[in-house]
Amino acid sequence: MRITNNKQLRLIANTIREDVIKMLYEAKSGHSAGSIGLADIFTALYFNVLYHDPKNPLWADRDRLVLSNGHVCPVIYAALANAGYFPKEELLTLRKLGSRLQGHPHRGSLPGIENSSGPLGQGLSQAVGMAIVSKAERKRWRVYAVISDGEHGEGQTWEAVMLASKYKLGNLTAIMDRNNIQIDGFTEEVLPLEPLAEKYRAFGWHVIEVDGHNIHEIIDACEKSKAIYEKPTLIIAHTIPGKGIPFMEFLTEWHGKPPTQKEAEEALKLLGVERSVIEEEG
Amino acid sequence: MNMHATIDFPAKGSAASRDGFGKALVELGGKDQDVWVLTADVSESTRTHWFAEKFPKRFVQVGVAEQNMAGVAAGIAACGKKAFVSAYGVFSPGRNWDQIRVSVCYNDVPVVFHGSHTGITVGPDGASHQALEDIAITRVIPNIVVLAPADVEEARKATIAAYEAGKPAYIRTCREKMPSFTTPETPFRIGEANAYREGTDAAVFACGPMVYESLLAAEKLNAEGISCAVVDCHTIKPIDKKAVVEWARKAGLIVTVEEHQVTGGMGSAVAEVVAEEYPIPVKRHGIYDQFCESGSALELIKKYKLDAEGIASVVKESMAMKKR
Repeated sequence: MRITNNKQLRLIANTIREDVIKMLYEAKSGHSAGSIGLADIFTALYFNVLYHDPKNPLWADRDRLVLSNGHVCPVIYAALANAGYFPKEELLTLRKLGSRLQGHPHRGSLPGIENSSGPLGQGLSQAVGMAIVSKAERKRWRVYAVISDGEHGEGQTWEAVMLASKYKLGNLTAIMDRNNIQIDGFTEEVLPLEPLAEKYRAFGWHVIEVDGHNIHEIIDACEKSKAIYEKPTLIIAHTIPGKGIPFMEFLTEWHGKPPTQKEAEEALKLLGVERSVIEEEG
Repeated sequence: MNMHATIDFPAKGSAASRDGFGKALVELGGKDQDVWVLTADVSESTRTHWFAEKFPKRFVQVGVAEQNMAGVAAGIAACGKKAFVSAYGVFSPGRNWDQIRVSVCYNDVPVVFHGSHTGITVGPDGASHQALEDIAITRVIPNIVVLAPADVEEARKATIAAYEAGKPAYIRTCREKMPSFTTPETPFRIGEANAYREGTDAAVFACGPMVYESLLAAEKLNAEGISCAVVDCHTIKPIDKKAVVEWARKAGLIVTVEEHQVTGGMGSAVAEVVAEEYPIPVKRHGIYDQFCESGSALELIKKYKLDAEGIASVVKESMAMKKR
């Protein structure tokens, strides 16, 4: 399933946002801003970039997607369900007893989840391990890692950055959700990370910066990363936390809480308006 | 439980248990293209350089980065490979516990961690390098197997058994040469302790190099009229409950001996079973909540009463517990 039509992709991203709002409202806990802000990136990945087969999640030659910052899992769950990995009804079981949709992703519980995650800074290392295997065995499948900006406070992230460079992992594309927020506030106040692009370049990576809400820019950057040989690529995706739901946008307080009933209704109304705008644009 | 497992006693030679791990990797690497090995700048001292020389394409040198090493291994194992991760016990599992817990054990991927240079027998390097807490921090994690082989041959078998188990595992070995007393015929099954000596007055459960020291101690005790069984408790998790209960019943006193803190180690695992299944006196002998110091292996095991004489004296003193 490779969708290239921009309108279709934007409608899917809109649906994913609606699903995330419904899931978080139903769960009564979880992380809103990051999940909503990643809807466009996950749409680009699951509906265009990745070679994968929702009916055969363990297909040996699939591209691997490692999600490092597991707290944004509502967005990957919604993307997987919309792509056909499991029934959409199941989305509303998020964080509930007996659900396959754990509060943070668990490999083995849900088809399509490549790695358990939660503690920050652990995803890129696993992606590097997978890419080392693919390269050593001359496979064609690639590895994509979605990483957060805040988790660059973890030393392990930089250990993985160095090793990816050592092994010249041209088959590895990391996408950083540069939304500038973490739990305690803005990243540049909590622990300044900039200049991120220069840091990665100094570590031997190819760096591309994109608007993380422009689905075609994201797809183009992923395509370009495939053409970079002998170097891993970092796509710095500049995103707005809570993007698409104005009362959530840019506010750090939305990092770790779900919407109330009133807020969920308001958000769904806004997304409904956005849907008709996209449809009318043709 | 394996009764009367055959051993060479007294031992016929000596070797370091880390060598057994290194040899097993070469064996496994030749048989199975899916075996990968990782190290964090300690390939020679953890004996992974033998594998690296033979199978360089499946050897990953991560540098001094144990956290990344655990994660990279998890990624490799998630691709259907069997990953072996090697470093000093103080650093791995010491430095990368969270990665072992979530990237490896919660993912439930077959990564075997080899912690070498464990215990006080690492000697002159001093307290910072003496892994005395590694059993405690690994055995509390779900999905993991924890092994502490007694000598070089048992370390080789433990490595192969961990490979065959196909799940997360931790194997601790030592740097120093120790008596080689188990033989290719000595059985090794994960979760089944080996009894090497019968006894009716006390049963010593030991692991690592303390097994041989305990056998020597039992000889001394025998000369003094104390009949002391010796059990090689090489698997700390899953602990052999049957063996623990059996010896609790037969001897009425269990003394555990390990190169590890007495809190949380093999002795604790044994005591947990005794407390719940067959309460009798248990003496946990090892390191008593302290950092040790530099010295030769022999000097240290003497000072901390972990040599044959020290163990014999602890067993003798513990006999009084039976009369309470």
